[in-house]
Parts: sequence; structure tokens; C-alpha cells
Amino acid sequence: MSETPRIVKEKSMVVQKKMLAAYYKGLASTGETGQKVVYTFVPGNLTELILSFGAQPVYPEINALQSGMRKKSMEFIRQAEKMGHSEDVCTYVKCDVGMMLKGNVGPTGETIPAPDLLLCSYTGCFTFMKWFENLAKMYDCPVVMLHVPYRSAGEASPAMVQYVVDQLRTRVIPALEKVTGRPYDEERLRTMLGLAAQAEDDMVYCFESAKNRPSPIDGYFAGVYYIGPIFTAFRGTEECVTYYRSLREDIDERIARGLGPITPEGQIEKEQYRLVVEGPPNWTNFREFWKLFYDRGAVVVASTYTNVGGSYDLGFRHDPAHPLETMARYCMSCYTNLSLPQRTAVLSNYVRDYHADGLLVNSIKSCNSFSAGQLQMLRRVEEETGVPVGFIESDLVDPRYFSYANLKNRLDSFFQMLDQKLTPGESDA
Amino acid sequence: MDLYLGIDLGSTTSKAVAVGEDGRILGRGITNTRSNYRVASDIAREEALHNARFAHLARAMESRGYPASRHEAIYSDLALHFRLEGYLKRLDALARECERTNAALSPEEAVPGECLAEVFEILRREAPATFDRQARNDSSKFFRDIAGTAFADAAEEVSTRWKLSSEPLVAIYERSIVPAENDRIEMDFGRSLTSACARTLENHPEERENSGFVKALEDATKQAVALDLVTKDMVGTGYGRQLLPFPEESIRSEILCHGLGAHRIFPETRTVLDIGGQDTKAIQVNGEGVVTSFHMNDRCAAGCGRYLGYIADELAISVKDLGPLACKADKTIRISSTCTVFAGAELRDLLNLGEKRENILAGLHRAIVLRAFSLLARSGGVHNEFTFTGGVAKNVAVVQYTQEMVRRNYGAITMNVHPDSIYMGALGAALFALRAARGESLPAAGVAEPDRSTRGARRMEIKA
Repeated sequence: MSETPRIVKEKSMVVQKKMLAAYYKGLASTGETGQKVVYTFVPGNLTELILSFGAQPVYPEINALQSGMRKKSMEFIRQAEKMGHSEDVCTYVKCDVGMMLKGNVGPTGETIPAPDLLLCSYTGCFTFMKWFENLAKMYDCPVVMLHVPYRSAGEASPAMVQYVVDQLRTRVIPALEKVTGRPYDEERLRTMLGLAAQAEDDMVYCFESAKNRPSPIDGYFAGVYYIGPIFTAFRGTEECVTYYRSLREDIDERIARGLGPITPEGQIEKEQYRLVVEGPPNWTNFREFWKLFYDRGAVVVASTYTNVGGSYDLGFRHDPAHPLETMARYCMSCYTNLSLPQRTAVLSNYVRDYHADGLLVNSIKSCNSFSAGQLQMLRRVEEETGVPVGFIESDLVDPRYFSYANLKNRLDSFFQMLDQKLTPGESDA
Repeated sequence: MDLYLGIDLGSTTSKAVAVGEDGRILGRGITNTRSNYRVASDIAREEALHNARFAHLARAMESRGYPASRHEAIYSDLALHFRLEGYLKRLDALARECERTNAALSPEEAVPGECLAEVFEILRREAPATFDRQARNDSSKFFRDIAGTAFADAAEEVSTRWKLSSEPLVAIYERSIVPAENDRIEMDFGRSLTSACARTLENHPEERENSGFVKALEDATKQAVALDLVTKDMVGTGYGRQLLPFPEESIRSEILCHGLGAHRIFPETRTVLDIGGQDTKAIQVNGEGVVTSFHMNDRCAAGCGRYLGYIADELAISVKDLGPLACKADKTIRISSTCTVFAGAELRDLLNLGEKRENILAGLHRAIVLRAFSLLARSGGVHNEFTFTGGVAKNVAVVQYTQEMVRRNYGAITMNVHPDSIYMGALGAALFALRAARGESLPAAGVAEPDRSTRGARRMEIKA
């Protein structure tokens, strides 16, 4: 390439990157500080609980996606495949296992400490169990399993909440007490849950700002940055509250000035298409992938992936008055734990509420929990809303599954299909 | 005459279709896609324009009382001989390239210049017969197909005479065919047509002796040459579309083009299946030919045209013969793989086990259709009417299995197959060009079609 264009970043992205850098630095120094390390998964995570014990949470998926964005995942995946992991195994798992085999050097170049405890909150992804079974052996470390019931019938019933609360009380909390040597501090937890709720309010405000025309944000490509603090080690902290307050102020300013989203190549001047996207993004070629959209003026106004940790925009807020119950409800609210009819309803409502022109599914080759049922959901949303739908395939962190030419071909067709639908009189007389 | 062109640069063939102001098809052209896309697109386009002039000639003859229906043999000879003129020109280019290649070789590798000259002497002398034999009933044979076989035969003959091995000659051909194909060749329509007329009349004494016919042909030729063809706009599509020297707004996705093209020929179409050289597309269109949903094969071209090409090579037969052979099967062998590479291994394995070639082929064809049906299901199913397009739609066995699968999975449906379905994408592109010029509306489909665009179309009523 003859020139490297200057990459434009939003203020919040810069802040977020700093937060993340400090987090990885903190992890690297747990050896000196004596802080205990708890590995856990993003969907329905119990971050406030872990933090209330003074422990540091580590999210293997975040490490994997960060490694993917920094072009380090292929090497790790190869390492895991050499060890015997099949081509079909979730690439987050292989990236994580490979990273460990290569000395557990994280995406920022700092070493990720080994876990003192593996907290497996099982929320709709069967791979999670196998993943931690593997890690438990490799690290020779205790696992505590939290079984989160799938919302097959829709809402979380009182019995389901009680089931999770009982597990928290009898298994998860004792395990954390044992590892950290600290007693369960409910008051501290309540304070953190209160802070979480504050951040959640602002976060929902930010995402809902995409209902404006033009949308001041991209709810998917920029959205994955916005969800960073709340779905990782910061929920329940003052820092997190500050981040979302400042993001909200930025967005308010953009709305007042009628500005569109900021992309790595600057602001989108004309919003051509408003899309709803289902499924996680590809991380290995994230910017290239995004560019396929912003070059055409396509703005993602709502995405389900930004509910991967928990679905706040469906009304859930952490409630400090009922700490264990609220955590139980939170675990059950994450997107992959919703039933297919519920996921379909989320998508159809997004199309209507955000005045979207189309729905696009990015189906992830190695992610069963997201991909299963997507075609059925796609057809249903098409029937319910009448908007054109599109289907593309890529992968999380395996660059071998990112085919630029194939994606471009399908997206070109998809956008031209939207053009036909959007331009009045374009159809034949 | 104003016209609009659509160019479909596919992975195997490049197609061009010209339509008039009223949306009628004026002409079509096709060539093999080659490394120089510009040349491939130019050849297809030039052929479409020549084809349009030819149609004009036929109309002019008809108005003079010599309709094609009554003089079919001479018209088909004339078309063949016109193509032969192009073949001869390209043969000259190949001769030049071969000389150049030979001159650049080391003395050990080179062949005597006279030897090479003799090969081309044979090729030129035999050209009319070769062309008649190979190209008359097979429009899918391009220069490299015909010249390749002819060259091998001639090289054999010459090398025997010179008591040499034919290998160096064939090696020279192999190095020269690509540049020769990429060479831009100007073809003068009038001159070529005149010499094609002369050659044709030689073989048709009845018409040659008919002074009225000869005069009419002279006049019609003049008219066809004088016809003022003005290309108002062009739209490009196909997998190579980004490489066409067209502005961005003149490039359309092949999915939209195939949808619109199929709708144009069969206006009741709601589902289109297109199986091309390296991809399979399942497309749903609405009553206006607007694509509402689509699905394509991802990351793997298994079960596409190239797969058939590979199987044909494995069996050392022509792609054209695959379908008819498969139809002779007395049972369908289960083939588990549509992976092109694995299927080759499976094929050899089954042959070794003594399975009949026909039965194995039946299984391979069925596997292709199964794969296409998975894409159709993913795109939203098969709705009435169902139109099957792309090069693979020419394969009778694929069509047969497709009918069977439609019946079994979707019940009573009308299925359309068109002998020129390979042109659907280019037709759609031409219609997009016309539409842009007309302010986004098209003349009603179906009614304005000339006879020939639906001639030979097969409508199959599939019963539940």
C-alpha cells in the first residue's frame, strides 16, 4: 500500500482502549499484588460478584477476540490444532488454548495470569463447559459450575430464578470465599450493583440513540466497543459509570449537530441504509469488514450481538435490593440464552423500532450457540416485517474463514437488493 | 438502431446480450473467459453486435421472400462460415504467437520453422472441415477447444513426416495459446460476411443458381453492414465485473441480473436456480423481477459447472456427453461427496469396483442437485414458477433430477428451462442498462419478446 490513511477514532474508543490497557496491566501484576484470578465467560457474567471479593476476572473470549483484532489468533489456533483440536471446534477456544500453550501472553503483550478459579456460568453455550473442562485439566485448577436454565418457554420463572440463586448461595459464593479467603460482603455487592444499574441506563440510552435519523452511532461496529466496559471487568465500578456518562454526552452532541457515525475513515456523511445485524462480527479483518459497510453508507442501527453479555434494552437492570435474584435474572437475560421465538421477536422489534431497511445475518462458522436457527429466524423476520434479508458467513478469530471476495459479492447483491426496494418507481411497471 | 448491452463476465464463459429500446433481444455473444478480461468482454460484445446484424440480415431476407424457415440449411451454413472467418483470423494470431515462441526457444527446444509452418498449413486447409465437424452443432466450443484438437492432430502428422517427436510442437502450442487468445483481433463484419456468403453459396448450388436469391442476399448483406448500431449504455455483471472497465454505477451484482433476466423470459418466475461455473445461486424474485432473497454457495465450488468439467476430464469425455450418459443409468449410485477433488477419487474407486460409468454419473448428477436444493431451501424454498438457468441447466440429467427433487419436496410447480439460459445474467444486465436510460421502468416483460428468445424453452409441469 502506498499510503496509510490516518485512522479516526471516537473519544470513547480512546478511553476504552486505555481502560483495557490498564486492565491487562493489572492482570499482569496480580503476581505481585496477590490478587486472585477468576476466569469466567462474558454472557451473563457475575463480574460484580467477582470484583466484590477483590478478585480479578479474566474473560477468555475477550482475550481471543483481542488477539484476533491484533492478528495474533492464527498462530494460536494452529497451536491448538497441532495439539489435536479439530477444525470444527469454536475458534475462541482454540485461540485461548493456543495462547496458553504459547506462554499465555495476552493481546497487549503482557502475560495473563493462570486462574485460581474457573467460574463457568453456563448460558446457552455448550462449548463453555467443555472449554473449562479442558482448562481445569491444563491449569489443574478448581471449577465452579453455575447452571443457568435456558429460557425455552420464554420468561424466567420464579422457580428458575430460585434455582440459580440456590447455586450462587451454596456453590459459587463458597467457592469464591475459599479461593480469595474473604467472606461474602453483600453490602459491597449492593453498592456495585447500584453502580452497574447507573451505567446500564446510560448504555441503553446510547444504543437507543440509533433510532434518530441519521443515527449518530453504528450500533454494531462501534457498538462492540461501546459494550466493552459493561460486559467485562468494569461493570459495577465508578469508571464504568463515568465511561457511559461521557459516551452519552458525546452522542447527545452528535444528535444535536445532526451528525452520523464515526468510522475509521471519518464520519459517514450520508446514511444510505439502516440495517439490523444478527450475529457476532468477524474480528480478524474487523476494519476491512466494517469498510464493506461504511463505504456504502450502511449504518447498523441495532444488533443482537451487543446483547451478548445481557439484554438491557429489553428492560433488565441490576437491582441492588435483591442482589442474588438480580444476578440470577441477569444470567438468564443474555441473548444466547433466549429462545428462538424470543430472539426472532428481538430482531423484528429492532427492524420496526429502529426503522431499519434490512436485516443481515453474519453467521459464524464455528459458533453453534449463535448460528443455530439463524435461517429460520431470518425467514420469520422477513415474513413479519417485510424488509429484505441477507445472509453472510465468516468466523470469529479464524482468518481462514474470512473471504473478502465472497463477502463483498454477497454484500454488493444485498445492498443492490435494498436499492431496488428503497428507490420508489425502480420496480418495473 | 439504439441498443443496450449487458456483459456477464463469468468464471468459465463471458456472455453479452444486446437489447433494443423495446427490451427485445437483438443479439447475443459468448466466449471463454481468459486471463485478459477486457478481451473476453470485447469478443462477447462484438459477437453480440454481429449477431444483431445477422438477425437484421435474416429479417431483410424474409422481407424479400426468403424466410429462414424455408432456407434453413443455407442460413445455418452462413452463420457457421461467418464464425469460421473469426476462427481463421485467430488461427493467424496463433501462428504468429507460435513463431514467436519458437524463435525464443533454445536450439535444443526449438523446432524447424518449416515444420511449424506445415502444421499451420494443415490447420488452415482443414479449417472448414474441422469447424464444420466440431462447431456446427456445438456453440459451446471456443477457439481453444477446436484449435487445440486440430493442432494436436496436425502436429502428429507433421512430426511423423519429419521423424520428430510431436512433443516440442505441442509444447509450443501450449505456451502460445494464452497470448494468442488474449490478442485483440479486429474483425471487419462486411468483409467477413462477404467471404462467408461466397463460401456458403459454393455449397448450395440451388440458391447459387437462383439469381433472385443471390441478389437478395447481396442487398441484405449491404443492409446488415450499413445498419447503424449505437450502444447507448452498458452494464457489467458476473464474477469478473469489478475488472470490467465500467464505472461503478454500471456494475450490477449477478444475482440481481439473473433474477431480472429470468423474470424477463418467464414473467411468472418466483424462484431462480442458477448453476454456473463456480457458483450456485438460489434466488427469490417478486412479480417485478426484483430479488427479495438469495443464497449462494460459500467457500467451495463443489457441485458447480467446474465439477462437471473435472468429471468429464477424469472420464476423458466431453462435458456435453455427461448428461446423456447419466440418463442411460439403470440405477443411481450413492455418491457421498460433492467435493470436486474427492469425487474424482470416489469415481475411480467405483470404476475399479466394476460399477457402470452411467450409474456412477447418475449418482454424481444427483449429488449436484442435492447440493443445489440445500441452497434453495436456505434461500426460502421453491415457489411457482421455478426457472433453472446457467450453463449447468443444459445438462439433461441435472434437469431430470431437479424435476424429481422439486416434485418430491415442493409438489406441483411449473419449471422453466431455456436453451440459452446461460445468457440470463447478461440479459438482466442489458435490461438494467435499458432501465437506467428509461428512467427506471421497463416495457412489460413477455409480450414484446421476439420468437427466438423463448424458442426452444422448456416448460415442464411438475405434478405433485
